[in-house]
Amino acid sequence: MLLKPPETEAVPDCCRGGLYSCLLPFGLFGLLCLAWPRVAGGAVFTAQWAWVPSLDLNLAFRLDGLSLLFGLIITMTGFFVTIYASSYMAGHPHNGRFFVFLHAFMTAMLGIVFADNLLLMFICWEATTVLSFLLIGFDHEKAEARENARQALLVTGAGGLFLLMGILLVKSAGFPMTLSLLGDSRDLIQTHALYPAVFICFLVGAMTKSGQVPFHFWLPNAMSAPTPISAFLHAATMVKAGIYLLMRLHPVLGGTTLWMSTLVLVGGTTALWGAVQALGPCDLKRILAYTTLMALGVLTLFLGGRTVMSLTAATTFLMVHALYKAALFLAVGSIDHQTGTRDLNLLGGLMTRMPLTTLAVAGATLSMAGFPLFFGFIGKEIMYAGALAEEIWPLFATGITLSANALMTAVAAIILITPFFGPLPAHLKHTWETPWTMRIGPAFMGLLGIVFGIMPEWVSKHLIQPAVFAFHPDREEIRLFLFHGINLPLLLSVVTLTSGAVIYWQKTRLRRGIGAATEKLWVTTPGLYQSGLTRFLGTAAAVTRILQNGSLSIYLSVIVLTLVLLTGSVWLPHAADIVTVPAVTGPYIAVGLFVFVLGAAAVVVTARHRLAAIGGLGGVGGGVALIFLVFGAPDIALTQLLVETLTLIFVSLILLRLPPMEPIINPGTPSRMRTLRNAILSAGAGLVVFTLISGVVGHPLDRGQTTFFETHSYLSAHGRNIVNVILVDFRSLDTLGEICVIVLAAWAGVHLIRRPFGQKRAP
Amino acid sequence: MKSVILKTATRLMIGLMLIFAVYVFLRGHHEPGGGFSAALLAGTAFSLLAITKGADHVRKAIRIRPSFMALSGLALAAGAGLPALFFGKPFLTGIWWQTELFSAGTPLIFDSGVFLAVLGAILSILLALEEN
Amino acid sequence: MEHLLALTVGTLFSGALFLMLSGELVRFVFGFVLMGNAVNLLIFTAGRLSFVAPPLIGKTGTVPAGPVANALPQALILTAIVIGFAMTLFLLILLYRTYAQTRTLNTRRTEFLSESAGDDTDSDIRKKNPS
Repeated sequence: MLLKPPETEAVPDCCRGGLYSCLLPFGLFGLLCLAWPRVAGGAVFTAQWAWVPSLDLNLAFRLDGLSLLFGLIITMTGFFVTIYASSYMAGHPHNGRFFVFLHAFMTAMLGIVFADNLLLMFICWEATTVLSFLLIGFDHEKAEARENARQALLVTGAGGLFLLMGILLVKSAGFPMTLSLLGDSRDLIQTHALYPAVFICFLVGAMTKSGQVPFHFWLPNAMSAPTPISAFLHAATMVKAGIYLLMRLHPVLGGTTLWMSTLVLVGGTTALWGAVQALGPCDLKRILAYTTLMALGVLTLFLGGRTVMSLTAATTFLMVHALYKAALFLAVGSIDHQTGTRDLNLLGGLMTRMPLTTLAVAGATLSMAGFPLFFGFIGKEIMYAGALAEEIWPLFATGITLSANALMTAVAAIILITPFFGPLPAHLKHTWETPWTMRIGPAFMGLLGIVFGIMPEWVSKHLIQPAVFAFHPDREEIRLFLFHGINLPLLLSVVTLTSGAVIYWQKTRLRRGIGAATEKLWVTTPGLYQSGLTRFLGTAAAVTRILQNGSLSIYLSVIVLTLVLLTGSVWLPHAADIVTVPAVTGPYIAVGLFVFVLGAAAVVVTARHRLAAIGGLGGVGGGVALIFLVFGAPDIALTQLLVETLTLIFVSLILLRLPPMEPIINPGTPSRMRTLRNAILSAGAGLVVFTLISGVVGHPLDRGQTTFFETHSYLSAHGRNIVNVILVDFRSLDTLGEICVIVLAAWAGVHLIRRPFGQKRAP
Repeated sequence: MKSVILKTATRLMIGLMLIFAVYVFLRGHHEPGGGFSAALLAGTAFSLLAITKGADHVRKAIRIRPSFMALSGLALAAGAGLPALFFGKPFLTGIWWQTELFSAGTPLIFDSGVFLAVLGAILSILLALEEN
Repeated sequence: MEHLLALTVGTLFSGALFLMLSGELVRFVFGFVLMGNAVNLLIFTAGRLSFVAPPLIGKTGTVPAGPVANALPQALILTAIVIGFAMTLFLLILLYRTYAQTRTLNTRRTEFLSESAGDDTDSDIRKKNPS
């Protein structure tokens, strides 16, 4: 962490390039704002380009209310996070890479929400997985960051595979890949035999990405990312991708009893688990991570419903959470950046030192706690209304929401009161406010929490309702108001605030109790993950030790043995029918050449000295060239002869620097046995090859290609040498690939020669 | 290598071999030959030069770095595929300009690319070996 | 005639494999070169042998005048020859490096099998992070 002395505060250093790169999210945000009025009015923008039509994979994009809401959140958070990070990451040696990753990640996330093709969405989904791996492990010199990045990659990557499986199941059942068309086949899909499997696959994909219990553990660990990244991952992107998936698929897969009961159960567990765990840690970032878990759980819980009310609740809370969570993360990053610690026990009294940050945190936490006049209050009201309107287990949903919200209120109080109020510890005397780049984000988003809280009607009409209508067929209008009158939700809000205060008052005792209870859990998914990973790596190492034992002869023997046994056992019984006795009819000079080649080969095989072997090789090459010449192939005969010459030159050049050959049979029986075994193996392989070629030539030849080349060589390609025309015209792409191989081999060879001896790899 | 016969013969032969390489290259479209054979031939000529007179001589003779030659060969071959794109045809389709006297086409450029790539590859290994 | 050539190819294959299995890397390279020749001949045989004119179009016609040899396998072999050559070169250089590093070309020797200090990036990582 970059802890700067206060005197440099006067010159806020800032990564200029990073700061200017905020124009990308800003521009995208502006574009979305241009489309906003029409989308809010119900218009849908689409764009489509063919990519791989045969796979039903097209670059299809779609901008409707739901993608607009997500797009606005992503680009806005991206904008502020970029500005913030330009100071936060200033001076970091890899900050250029940081902004590239950040914007790539944002683009991939936008790809998910704008894709109208399931496969395209999957590609963007995987892109976010890979990029989040890079971002979480950004401080790759820390073992912990690497470990956590790998964990996130494995968990979300495995979920991605489930998602792919689900998509392929949908495809195999004959449904279109275009998302907007998929809604039309809703009934067919839901009554399809594969529906449960499809549902489970999509659900696991969403659960891993959105950190639902039991796949939640990667999310708090992902806090090893730089704080701006945590803010971005948690508030707007990555973890919301799973929620987006559930929303997008709601009209297709949603509404069944299976869907409702599973989501309510999973979401409820996650919400409660996250809220309870949030009381435990002293690290501010970890606390926020657990509150994210709670929020994701609540979102999933509400997506389990199928009434407009519960879906509106989910969408509203999504916005509430995005605003306060991004602001809080950025503010915590500021505290960390200025004081060098995030530990609650070491912080206090920062209000006087960082007033604007305090105000931003106050706005965000009050929204989080759901105080009246804040957007969170609106969110909480509609959440209670939505929970009561659930069709499945409404009481369970309400209970969970109530307890989670009460816990959230307490956590909000902890976050606001502990670091900012009370006496200022001595070691924080020299702490000052952050540069403007790091204040603007939290302040603006904290402010939005109040603005939206005061004018909920406008928000619900222009943002939430279009989004809900995009994934729910009913056009039931639900408007948010500042005050709905005295009703059950309001009553529950009061209960929440009171019990939140009680929990805050008893927080030390509760924290101790939670810690003790967590330790008593005898089986946890992080533990399972860890032991599974250890075992997996152990098995891989054991298998590698057996298969990759380092002996070239054994590798080769296995390959040859496989050739002989597999091909031989299938082919040899048939070979007898096809292979006829060689009948000598053609030019007798060819027979002489065959004998010559074999003789030369025998010289190579039995040679005791290198010179004899090289001479034998030359004989073989020359003989083969003559065979080509005899059978009407002057081109390759010429090439073969030239290659022989050059090979000879290079072999001599290099062999001069190598020791003389060792005798093939050393005294001693093991070596003799080995030579016998090798001889049998290679003879068997030779037999298989011989019979295979004989079988091939026993079949009639299809000269279609050749005839095409013969007739078009001059007429279309203006060349009289058909072989050369094939090389440079008809099949020139192959030739291009081939010269690439040659240049690569030469390049690698040159570097192998030039590399100094006994020196380690360049750092 | 210090053999006088080889040295003298090389001096005489190199010119002939290089001319022959050009000849083989140019006739390749109608008669046996072409970029590959020509490159191998030229490679042999330069190998002889390198063995008798040393790598410096070869470097002076070819003037450009062999790796650059190989890469420019690749670029030339790939570039020969681009004109086809302007005519809306698949990459690397042969495009021909025909006049009454002669006809020339992108395959000639492609073959030159092949020639340079293969020769560059051979020379870069040869020089690396000789200089090490 | 094809069958005779097939027999030749099979025998060449046996010889090449025998050399490659010997565990000594110089012999391995010789076997590799032999194998390259055998494979080229294999493709050639599969395209059928014909004792006729090469695949060239005469100065006057627009298509070959009489029967000509199969041009397709010839084009394949031509590239295969050159690639085989490049691979042989690379293999030779690899041999040269191996000898410089291990001082032996016999794959059964212990010094060949022991990890050479310069090439093991894994051990680099382990040294950097003792954890």
